[in-house]
Amino acid sequence: MTEVFVGLGSCGIAAGAREVYDTLRQELSQRKLPISVSVTGCIGACHLEPQIEVRTEEGERFLYGQLDSDKTLKVIEEHLVGGKAVEEYLIPFDYPYLAKQKKIVLANSGLINPESIEDYLAADGYKALRKAVAEMSPEEVIQEIRTSGLRGRGGAGFPTGLKWFLARGNAGTKKYMICNADEGDPGAFMDRSLLEGDPHAVLEGMAIGAYAIGADEGYIYVRAEYPLAIKRLEIAISQAEESNLLGSHILGSGFSFEIHVKEGAGAFVCGEETALMASIEGKRGMPNIRPPFPAERGLWGAPTNINNVETLGNIAPILRMGAAAYAAVGTEKSKGTKVFALAGKIKYGGMIEVPMGITLREVIYGIGGGIQGDKKFKAVQLGGPSGGCIPESLLDVQVDYDSVTATGAIMGSGGMVVMDETTCMVDVARYFLSFTQSESCGKCTFCRMGTKRMLEMLERITQGEGKMSDLEQLEELALKVKQSSLCALGQTAPNPVLTTLKYFREEYVEHIQNKRCPAKHCRELIRFRVIEEACTGCTLCAKVCPTQAATGERKAVHRIDQTLCIKCGLCYEACRFNAIELTTGEVPAEAGATEVEV
Amino acid sequence: MDKGFEELLEHWKSQKGNVIPLLQKTQELRGYLDREDMEAIAEVTGKSPAEIYGVATFYAQFRFQPPGKHTLKVCHGTACHVNGAEMLDLAIKTELGVEPGETTEDGEVSVERVACLGCCSLAPVVMLDQEVHGRLTGDKLKKVLRKVGT
Repeated sequence: MTEVFVGLGSCGIAAGAREVYDTLRQELSQRKLPISVSVTGCIGACHLEPQIEVRTEEGERFLYGQLDSDKTLKVIEEHLVGGKAVEEYLIPFDYPYLAKQKKIVLANSGLINPESIEDYLAADGYKALRKAVAEMSPEEVIQEIRTSGLRGRGGAGFPTGLKWFLARGNAGTKKYMICNADEGDPGAFMDRSLLEGDPHAVLEGMAIGAYAIGADEGYIYVRAEYPLAIKRLEIAISQAEESNLLGSHILGSGFSFEIHVKEGAGAFVCGEETALMASIEGKRGMPNIRPPFPAERGLWGAPTNINNVETLGNIAPILRMGAAAYAAVGTEKSKGTKVFALAGKIKYGGMIEVPMGITLREVIYGIGGGIQGDKKFKAVQLGGPSGGCIPESLLDVQVDYDSVTATGAIMGSGGMVVMDETTCMVDVARYFLSFTQSESCGKCTFCRMGTKRMLEMLERITQGEGKMSDLEQLEELALKVKQSSLCALGQTAPNPVLTTLKYFREEYVEHIQNKRCPAKHCRELIRFRVIEEACTGCTLCAKVCPTQAATGERKAVHRIDQTLCIKCGLCYEACRFNAIELTTGEVPAEAGATEVEV
Repeated sequence: MDKGFEELLEHWKSQKGNVIPLLQKTQELRGYLDREDMEAIAEVTGKSPAEIYGVATFYAQFRFQPPGKHTLKVCHGTACHVNGAEMLDLAIKTELGVEPGETTEDGEVSVERVACLGCCSLAPVVMLDQEVHGRLTGDKLKKVLRKVGT
């Protein structure tokens, strides 16, 4: 029987996939066609949403993208009924965005129904767990993971096998296994997508880890902002329990393991492991001094092991393919693949999985198709608020833990935000710092106060009121915040400032000395003005202007009163004749005619 | 104390790490947390009211004022920021007359600023109640807002 799969991840739904799904269901049942419609997760090509995949009885596969209900009706009419694929909506399987990736962790996402354990089992699911509990000792499992070279995907890159080894080595009858799904980096959505697309893979990884370290209870700490991921995890847990893949005496062995889902309550710092445990215990999520490390004294004082979602997604594939085969992918010190959330000013955005060692250029241009509107690339931001901005001159850097760290950025959890010439780097630094500043838990003085003072300096600079001495002060304070903070939040918070100062210092200088924002972004340093020769007097700008700054008679040249203008840009967006210009810096002499000065 | 809330307290009473789930479920039930409820939670969990208030105010999720009928979450993740999320704040300000963290005078819409909704490739996005609207401009957002009838 022909099957149709609709990608219903959060971004698919946001792009209108639910509508496509409803149209399919309705139309197929009305026409009484013997075609099944299933839900699947996200295949990661967010720019092509909403997508459907048609799989025929003969095993032929067709992928359609950017559908809406009308296009869906056409696919039904011509392909599902008529038997002829609708070429114009078809995405070829050698589409570079898809073809250049290497999928290990995301192998099932977008292909199976995440709410069906049968689908996961059919894709070799729970084979690795079966193998572990039936044929391997916990030590052998740990050795296999150590041989694979897997490093933690949450950001710091600590070897997973070693982490497990340490947790195993600690005596104690009660141990905990925690999955950190508190994906807080703004600009990262890898964990959400994996949890929504293949929740059983994460559960299987957790169960294998629990078996290896000797834990019988586990927690998945998920952001409350991810309701769909939470729902699918809960479904998956109850299915696994029914099949005796979780619970007591798993698969008839002596190993028992139960998993609870814990919803976060919105605090970025809870991604830090000691803060996360405090939060599970019901306290304010503030980090604690280490040692003792969680492996010695963690949740409720018991030895605890914490792994990130993507790390756990690697576990079952490693046991299935063997550590040696896994270690063949990647570079000498960074094995396997890395999932990135590719976003920002990129042409083809979405979730991608690439082998370690690929260059940034290949990711951005080869897979992402370059910059939107073919504008000029300026920087790529890796690692979110803890990371840094990498300039064009370093685009040939390999993506692995050590090479990325050498640039001053960090690999981080996988946010990759591309910026173009219209992105102001001073503003980016200010943006990240305002984030870390408000998310600082306040425990360490330099993180609490130092980031505040740094933010004030950056705000002054973006408002055109900075001093050159601010730059040295920023650097000095950045160093102190790094050195005097207990956890990674404070230790890495200055990174966005330091990397932009290192690679884009001239933009800071322009803001300070010439009161110019080269990217024309900073509101205090830009102005909108009417180009007289181009203005037709259509009155559109005056209509959309919320403050009556843009005024004029019909068929007469309009003007923008700078004292009333709030720089919202609505007139600029609305003008159909490109008659509104965005400028920065000194007011040109001839501007007086169309601008009312204070 | 009403029945729903009492059942909640009873259900979570003896569970480990029950403070945050209790606060979350109470907010789900009431829309926000008030002093009386937090005191009741303190009592069943054996903590002081100050401790409960301390936990509740630490996390961004908890509200202490009744929310508007609709909630508008404006995403300020990195991708949304570089794609113009600030312009959306301005559009909201001019359309609804409120800033993030405030509720419109008629009690219709509460505007919140959130760190990331995880729909980065549709940036900039807002979430109106449960629905995500992507690839917005100030003008498009105004049209979305007008649909709520404010």
